[in-house]
Parts: sequence; structure tokens; C-alpha cells
Amino acid sequence: MGLGVEVRHKIARRAAMEIKDGMLVNLGIGIPSLVPDHLPADHTIMFHAENGIVGMGKSPDLGKEDAHLCNAGGYPVTLQVGASYCDSTAAFGMIRKGLVDVTILGALQVSESGDLANWIVPGKRVPGMGGAMELAAKAKKVIVLMNHREKTGSSKLVKNCTLPQTAKECVHMVITEMGVFSVLADGLLLTDLFAPFTIDDIKKYTEASFQVSDTLTVYRE
Amino acid sequence: MLIQNTFDKICGLTDITYLFKDGMSIMFGGFGGIGTPPGLVNLILDSGIKELTLIGNDTGFPDIGIGKIVTEKRAKKIIVSHIGSNPNAGKYMTSGELEVEFSPQGTLVERMRAGGMGLGGILTDIGLEEEIVNSDKQTVTLAGKSFLVETALTADVSIVYAKKADPYGNLIFDKSARNTNPLAAMAGKITIVEAAEIVPLGTLDPEEVVTPGVFIDHIVESKGVDWQWVWE
Repeated sequence: MGLGVEVRHKIARRAAMEIKDGMLVNLGIGIPSLVPDHLPADHTIMFHAENGIVGMGKSPDLGKEDAHLCNAGGYPVTLQVGASYCDSTAAFGMIRKGLVDVTILGALQVSESGDLANWIVPGKRVPGMGGAMELAAKAKKVIVLMNHREKTGSSKLVKNCTLPQTAKECVHMVITEMGVFSVLADGLLLTDLFAPFTIDDIKKYTEASFQVSDTLTVYRE
Repeated sequence: MLIQNTFDKICGLTDITYLFKDGMSIMFGGFGGIGTPPGLVNLILDSGIKELTLIGNDTGFPDIGIGKIVTEKRAKKIIVSHIGSNPNAGKYMTSGELEVEFSPQGTLVERMRAGGMGLGGILTDIGLEEEIVNSDKQTVTLAGKSFLVETALTADVSIVYAKKADPYGNLIFDKSARNTNPLAAMAGKITIVEAAEIVPLGTLDPEEVVTPGVFIDHIVESKGVDWQWVWE
């Protein structure tokens, strides 16, 4: 929402750095779906889809769509080499058992202890949690990609979530257009800064308290 | 090729209309409409039945999959993980016309599987601390860990879609259209499969059969979808 294409890709590129060969990765809709664009062509990462695909590939060329080969959002995809299909229980068994190494998803709010709220705005938008609770609670690493602030200007990195939580203390990393935060046992740590934003900008626009890493990485355009 | 109706399961849509009644529960296969049997959805609509309890992953899209039945206000209750792609479901929920029980997706499908497997329920820690999931549910402690007790789900009738069915009802599915179909297939008191193709007994490799035919009561041949996919 409101982020330009370049900024969205900047966030996706940073998220891609967290993925290593051999991992099983689940990507949410929106900016997370841009992450594969920033992986090396010869990667050996497998993509997981809740509707029963391990080894989900890119969108097909126009005219090559197969209505029975789609992602969890209902849009056509292709397969990676070595892919398999399974039913929905197996797709979620993989998640609950901790076999999904990384999940990259969007959020409405993240708290300074890593609580995630990403599925319901009571009285406004009640779409249902889908598979968000399992992914948030059980993926080995949960990376949130989101706007730093609401359209109204309020911080989405909060002290405590005011929206119903998807899962408690589950988020490991948050990447916004301003910077990258790691969620540690003693709170948030700003590890990366996207110039031209400054630490002061982030302090001004962030409700949650955070520390700044001694080895802060600054990305310049 | 002539298919012998050895087990008397292969039938036409008009042969099974009698199975559908007001107030019944119907479990459906499919995910975002993909893998939901289009002919059986239309049969339910044409039969005029209402006050249904629908159980399945999601409410599809307004004119796709089970979404058509929701849009026509034939359901009084749905047990699903997601309604976001069908705004009608949200609208009817808000107006009080539709009761919605949300179940986390992995829990929901495992409840469906438990119903099909003759179990009473499952234990899971998903939603243990989230009120929308844990309210009114029993918790148990096993080996020092807490779990929610989630009840198994069955239905009066299950409707599923398969790529191929043989006359016994052995099924194979079609790529990601498999999704919840094997689970719905097992959990119905009566299960109807709509198959893209009905093949002679003995032509499916036993190693490739996903759903054994013993779970299937009626087999109808599909005429394909009559809706347009969202990406078309």
C-alpha cells in the first residue's frame, strides 16, 4: 500500500538475503511474492504452497495457465524441477513440524516482543486467518515485510498489538521501507538502515522501542 | 469405451438429487474454488435446498466454487478458514444472516481428516492463546505441553472433484486441485465424486490411487466448470 515499485523491490531484495540454498520457503502475497526475483538463477530453494505444492515455480506465460495448478491465492503457477503435490493436511503438517525454514509475510502490526497481528481488523475486515496462524507460529524463521506506518501515519511497529494477534512472539525479523529490525530476547534491534532515512526518522515514526546495532548496515540508493 | 458399472456407483446427476435436503451439512473439496466440483455445486443450487451447513477450506469467489451457494444465501452456517475472496460471505456474516466458524487452515483440514478416519478429534497448540480459536474449547496437558482439543468434522454429504475415477471410486486428483479433496472424500457419511474422467476398473495403477474407492458412494462425470477463473 502506497509503496512504489522500486521500494517494494528494495524490501524484497533484502528479504531474499535471508534465504539460503536447500531451504523450504513459504511466501505470502504482496511484496513477499517479489522475493524470487532477487534470488540467483541457479538456487536450490523449494517454495511451499498451503494448497499442496512443494516446489512451486513462477507464473506461467500468458496462455499457458492451468486452472488446476495454482497458488494459495488462486492464481496460476508453474512447478520447479523436483516438485510434488500433497493434500492440505500434509501441506500443514510440514508447517507444524517446523519443516518450513522461512516464511515471509505481510502484517498489520508487529509488537516489540515479536507478536504478530496480520489477519483481522474487528468490525472492518474479517477475512479469516487461513493458514497464517500455523505459518507464523511454526516456521523456523518468520520475516515480516510491511510499510513502516499506517496510511494514517501511526507506527505499525508497536509496543503491544492492539489488533487480535495471529501468534505470540513469533516474528524474527521486520523489513520496512526505512530499515531492518531483528526481534531479540531483549527487544528490537535496528540492524539495517535504508538511506535517505536516518535513525532519527525511524525514532520519530516508530512506537516500539528499539536499540541500534553497533554494526548497523546502511544501504544507499 | 464402455465402462461397466460393476459397483452401481456411476450415476447421473438426477439419480442423486434425492440426497440433498434442507438443513443438511455438506463438506466440499477445493481451495479458492480450484478442485470444487462444478456440476455438484450446480445440482445443489438447482435442487433449491437451503439452511445448509457448509464445511471446507474457504468460500471461494462470489461466482466460483462453493461461493455460488454462499452468494445465493443457501447456507446458514459455514466452517472455514477464510472468506476474504468472497465479499458476500463477509457481508452476510456482518448482517447476521450467516454464522461463520473460523478454524485455522491446518487445524480445519486435520479435523476433516479425523472425521474421515473415525477419530473424535485432534490435539494441537495452534491458536492456544488466540481467543478466536480457543474460546469454549477444552485444553489438555500431555507430557507437560498444552494442547487445544479440536473436534473432528463429518458431514451428511461430501462433494469432491477428481481427475479420474474408476467404477469402484478409486480416485486420482489433478495437481493442486487435490488440496482438501482426499479429506472431504473420507469425511462424508455419503460421498459423491465428480470426475473429469471415468476409467475402466483395473486401469488405475494401485500405487497411484490417492483415495481408495471404499470411501466413495456415487460417481458422476464432470462437464467442466461454468465459471470464469479470476485470472482469466
